[in-house]
Amino acid sequence: MTADELAQARKKAMAGGSEKYHERLSVSHKLSVRKRLDLLLDSGYVEDGLFANALADDDLAADGVVTATGTIDGRTVVVMANDPTVKAGSWGARTVEKILRIQEKALDMNCPIFYLVDSAGARITDQVEMFPGRRGAGHIFYNQVKLSGRVPQICLLFGPSAAGGAYIPAFTDVVIMVDKNASMYLGSPRMAEMVIGEKVSLEEMGGARMHCTVSGNGDLLAANEEEAIRWGKQYLSYFPNHYTQKPPASLPKDPAFVQWENIIPANQNMPFDMQRVILGLVDEGSWFPIKPLFAPEILVGFARLDGEAVAIVANQSKVKGGVLFVDSADKAARFINLADAFNIPLLFLADVPGFMIGTKVERQGIIRHGAKLIAAVSEATVPKISVIIRKAYGAGLYAMAGPAFGADAVLALPTAQIAVMGPEAAVNAVYYNKIQELEGEERQAFIQERQTSYRQDIDIVRLASELIVDDVVEPYRLRDELTRRFHLYAHKSREFSVRRHPVNPV
Amino acid sequence: MTSVVATLAGTVFKVLVKPGDVISPGQEVVRLESMKMEIPIEAESGGVVTEVVVHEGDFVNESDPLIILGE
Repeated sequence: MTADELAQARKKAMAGGSEKYHERLSVSHKLSVRKRLDLLLDSGYVEDGLFANALADDDLAADGVVTATGTIDGRTVVVMANDPTVKAGSWGARTVEKILRIQEKALDMNCPIFYLVDSAGARITDQVEMFPGRRGAGHIFYNQVKLSGRVPQICLLFGPSAAGGAYIPAFTDVVIMVDKNASMYLGSPRMAEMVIGEKVSLEEMGGARMHCTVSGNGDLLAANEEEAIRWGKQYLSYFPNHYTQKPPASLPKDPAFVQWENIIPANQNMPFDMQRVILGLVDEGSWFPIKPLFAPEILVGFARLDGEAVAIVANQSKVKGGVLFVDSADKAARFINLADAFNIPLLFLADVPGFMIGTKVERQGIIRHGAKLIAAVSEATVPKISVIIRKAYGAGLYAMAGPAFGADAVLALPTAQIAVMGPEAAVNAVYYNKIQELEGEERQAFIQERQTSYRQDIDIVRLASELIVDDVVEPYRLRDELTRRFHLYAHKSREFSVRRHPVNPV
Repeated sequence: MTSVVATLAGTVFKVLVKPGDVISPGQEVVRLESMKMEIPIEAESGGVVTEVVVHEGDFVNESDPLIILGE
């Protein structure tokens, strides 16, 4: 091959699919695969397998996937990026081999891996070469499971991820989806109509918004690709490159505001916005919520305290009273597991009436989902601090890393309450018969008196005197207290138990 | 026609709208009481209240309709 021919072949491979497919990209507000990589990576990345399938008769530039090793803010990362202009980003034999090799690169380099997914799935015509074998498509998922918890795996979903391909996002740590363009589904609407007779739109069945609000497969819903890439980079900034490192620190910043008055209502039964408590505690601009649209009765996300990364789990009474449901338990359990895997300290902000009760949730298995959350809390060995912001009732106290669950400290605000149940429910339960015997004012007076006595019994200083909480902290002191404690707990022992692995509730 | 539904099982504590009222998106229309918490229920989209399905004190299950909205 002459130098000219080589230059020609390189140019062809770099160009991706034909012009008409590039035009289609701009119609759907998509960027080219090369542009995506330029936005994600610092300049000067290297690429392997550019000439994959270069001699094919078809237009198969790079065989539809770009695999690169580069840096983000100076940190080494690897990337797999589908090219939607090449056979709709579908997988042939060399596509799969390239993906496997870049995953193995992540293992060798011990570095984060990004999956920029925009793919129609397998090329049926190539199935024998790419589907069933030892280095077939299944091995991609096997590698993902192997990488899980070892290095961060981040998925930016720009287009479809269909059938088997839908498992790539499912095995990553975080999935950022572009609204309107991203989708995940096992069977397309056309297949659903043929096989089960269902008529449904793609957006309804597997669209980005559905996955970010209902199924929980999506973590963040981005307005466009630029936003998704920006969020992917911010997400990575809270993480170390691999599981034996600590997350990198940033320059410390003061919180956006320090105004505690009127945030937490005196009436325990009134909802309030826990996000304001978070913004009053953490470095300005550092709050990065995960799954904000899914099970919003619990808030989870990353932030910084005096420059150091912290993972926050907080009850949001503004939504469904902050009660824990099946989905909220799943959301929190997964998040705690993620933070613990990558050495990010956990901060719990508790204001929880407990787990939901009633037929509906029992049939959904609220007990096993709650058990899953409590298992995740127990197993997390990163520094963990629980702050009772307003109340923690019943198993809600356990789910929010209460004293029995290995918290390095359980702190409480002066107005906090901890109990099996709240005063109203408790008095009703204990004195039910007596209350039934009484009538009118006498009944009211009795209830009032019992509730007052119950409140005294669960008064937070009394609980501190019994060594149930480790300290009672005024709100304006809380940030300093947390910063100091996390700093002091930084080198705690991570041993939990000896065994192969736990048999976890699911 | 859309309905505003209960986000969780509980008792209707207060009905805050009546037929004919014009509702804006995000407006609280009913307050439930559940798990000893007051739970505001907001209309996702706006519209005119055509029917109030529940009364104060009623038990409602998750996803039961509370208010019907028309154009």
